[in-house]
Amino acid sequence: MIPLAYYLLLSAILFGCGVMGFLIKRNIIVIFMCIELMLNAVNLAFVAFAAHWHNLNGQVFVFFVMVVAAAEAAVGLAIIIAVFRTRETLNVDRVNLLKL
Amino acid sequence: MNLWLIPLLPLAGAIINGLFGRRFAKRTVSAVGLGFVAASMVWTWVVTFRFAGLPPGAIPHIENYAPWVAAGDFSANFGLYLDQLSLLMALAVTGVGFLIHVYSVGYMAHEGGYYRFFSFLNLFMFFMLTLVLANNYLLMFVGWEGVGLASYLLIGFFFLRDSASSAGKKAFIVNRIGDFGFLIGLFLMVKHFGTLDFTGVFGSASKLPMETAGAGLLTTLGLLLLLGACGKSAQLPLYVWLPDAMEGPTPVSALIHAATMVTAGVYMIARSHAIFDRAPAALMVVAIIGCATALYAATIGMVQHDIKRVLAYSTISQLGYMVLACGVAAYSAGMFHLMTHAFFKALLFLAAGSVIHALGGQQDMRYMGGLRKHIPVTFWTMTAATFAIAGIFPLSGFFSKDEILWRAYSSPFGAWGYWAVGVFTAFLTAFYMFRLWFLTFFGEYRGEPEPEHHPERGGQEHHAQPHHIHESPKVMLIPLVLLAILSVGGGWVGVPEVLGGSNHFEHFLAPVFEEHTASAAEEAAASPAEPTGASEITLTVTATGAALLGIALAWLLYYRRRDLPGKLRQRYQTAYQILEQKYYVDELYAATIVWPVVNFSRTVLWRFIDAGVIDGTVNDSADAARQVSDRVRRMQSGNIRSYAGWVALGGAAVIAYMVWLGVR
Repeated sequence: MIPLAYYLLLSAILFGCGVMGFLIKRNIIVIFMCIELMLNAVNLAFVAFAAHWHNLNGQVFVFFVMVVAAAEAAVGLAIIIAVFRTRETLNVDRVNLLKL
Repeated sequence: MNLWLIPLLPLAGAIINGLFGRRFAKRTVSAVGLGFVAASMVWTWVVTFRFAGLPPGAIPHIENYAPWVAAGDFSANFGLYLDQLSLLMALAVTGVGFLIHVYSVGYMAHEGGYYRFFSFLNLFMFFMLTLVLANNYLLMFVGWEGVGLASYLLIGFFFLRDSASSAGKKAFIVNRIGDFGFLIGLFLMVKHFGTLDFTGVFGSASKLPMETAGAGLLTTLGLLLLLGACGKSAQLPLYVWLPDAMEGPTPVSALIHAATMVTAGVYMIARSHAIFDRAPAALMVVAIIGCATALYAATIGMVQHDIKRVLAYSTISQLGYMVLACGVAAYSAGMFHLMTHAFFKALLFLAAGSVIHALGGQQDMRYMGGLRKHIPVTFWTMTAATFAIAGIFPLSGFFSKDEILWRAYSSPFGAWGYWAVGVFTAFLTAFYMFRLWFLTFFGEYRGEPEPEHHPERGGQEHHAQPHHIHESPKVMLIPLVLLAILSVGGGWVGVPEVLGGSNHFEHFLAPVFEEHTASAAEEAAASPAEPTGASEITLTVTATGAALLGIALAWLLYYRRRDLPGKLRQRYQTAYQILEQKYYVDELYAATIVWPVVNFSRTVLWRFIDAGVIDGTVNDSADAARQVSDRVRRMQSGNIRSYAGWVALGGAAVIAYMVWLGVR
């Protein structure tokens, strides 16, 4: 069997990539994709634990996470479109009307 | 007997005039101001009449109205105390006070703030009557402080003038120093006697033995009370406020700084005689201060140019006589002089006010002269008062001053030194008073044609029209005449036995001081050098001789050989300057006490502590809050990626915490 640690390591790397992209990237859509990446990394961790401990709770929770991700994607894209309509740009640094 | 009416009627007048007087016509203000004081005076006469009918056992007549302080074992009430002494004071205060109120109607007629003046004057009457009628030291202290307040308000009546408001402050502050001593004395009384009621304190004090060692409870009490009296009655070293108090209107000087308020100290010492009788060391200090002040002030009064200043120093000097009398335990002699002095000194001040009014504001005697033809009534009344204060037979001042000088010599606490100083001061008194008399009323008029163009030469009036010299209106002259009658005849109630009288005054007051007279009689009988009637006549003749000598010297210098004072001044330049500058005492106090205190207040207390520490703390904490919020504000940058960064940081912190918990 593949040891649990490998799955968790993969999950951690994916999560780290997601965080890094979330912090560094300037395109709003790419930031959202990184958020999805983080969520999927977490899903992977849940499933790995569920398989390791032969406990279905992990798998069920993955469903919840997926539902939340889907809803969030829908709302987030709507926001992106609204922002694009007003600011004419997808550069998150330009969405700064509340700046000091 | 409803004694409460006596002080409270003037209070009602003060409140009415104070609150509504601004809208009243001048007539209404005068009516209110005079009416309530007249009512109080009439009621005092009614009380006197009823007092005469009281059996000796019912004296002192005490009325308690309401409880005031009840703290553990200590209690004090609102209550009034009537015996011969307080009755005498009440009669003097209401009588002379009423006459001065009448005079003020004329004198203040052209001044602004008319209603304010009468309100303050009535307020003063209320406090003074509370002081003399109180039945415990606490209520007396209320009156004590209150007359100080009224004095401050009235001295600074022309408050737009810097010198007047400074003089008011000076009076109040110097009084406070005396009050400090008085208060410590009260605290001692509460501690050792448990009460401040007169009956309680004097009862406990009379059970204590005579303190001969010089230090003890009663001596300390006596010295502390003396400090209070020095402040209020302008004795050394706290007399400095009284000459400056002449900045107030002349009726104020007459009432407060001649006849009534300054006598409160003498009254207080006389009232506390049970304490002083048993503390010879304190009595000695009282007598020394009294006679030193009398001499000191007389020397200064000799060379002053302002007519009111001469009278002010004269007041200090005469108060010194009264204090000296108390210091040799001759309390009734002191009270006798208090009464006659109230008559002639009030008259002197009011007449001086009449002179000033006639000259349109001029107070400097160098610019007066020859006025007796122009203002005859003022002249004759002032003449009566001048002869009275010089102590010429048979005017009132002769009998009272003579009594004091006799007692200063013959009392068991007396000494010939007191008498000698007293006689020399009598010589000086006669000299400077007749100097004033000659300079003002005789010779050629030395005034300038339009005196109101010299606004700051002590002038206090704001008359706009040029003045030809005219006599004062009747409302000002009638009190002068009445006081002149009292100055002439007021002493006849105290003619001593050696001159054929029966000294009604002393017998009247004897029950108040009786335990002293009993012990004095024993001591007088036991002492070998018992004074005889013949020696009293000798002393009287000597004193009269000294007074006549003073008059003669004044006549020489200010009538016959007018060039002499100038020459004397040239020859004795330094001495003259020291006297004219009042021994530089004001400058001394300013340098040693006032300047350090003011500087300490300004640099340490104000700049360092108030502005630096207290304001600094408040300002700095506000500043710190602002700086913190400045930093924290930068979190809300409007930059989305920084928000993202904070979210990630927070999330990492939470995960780390969870891991740490899990590891633990």
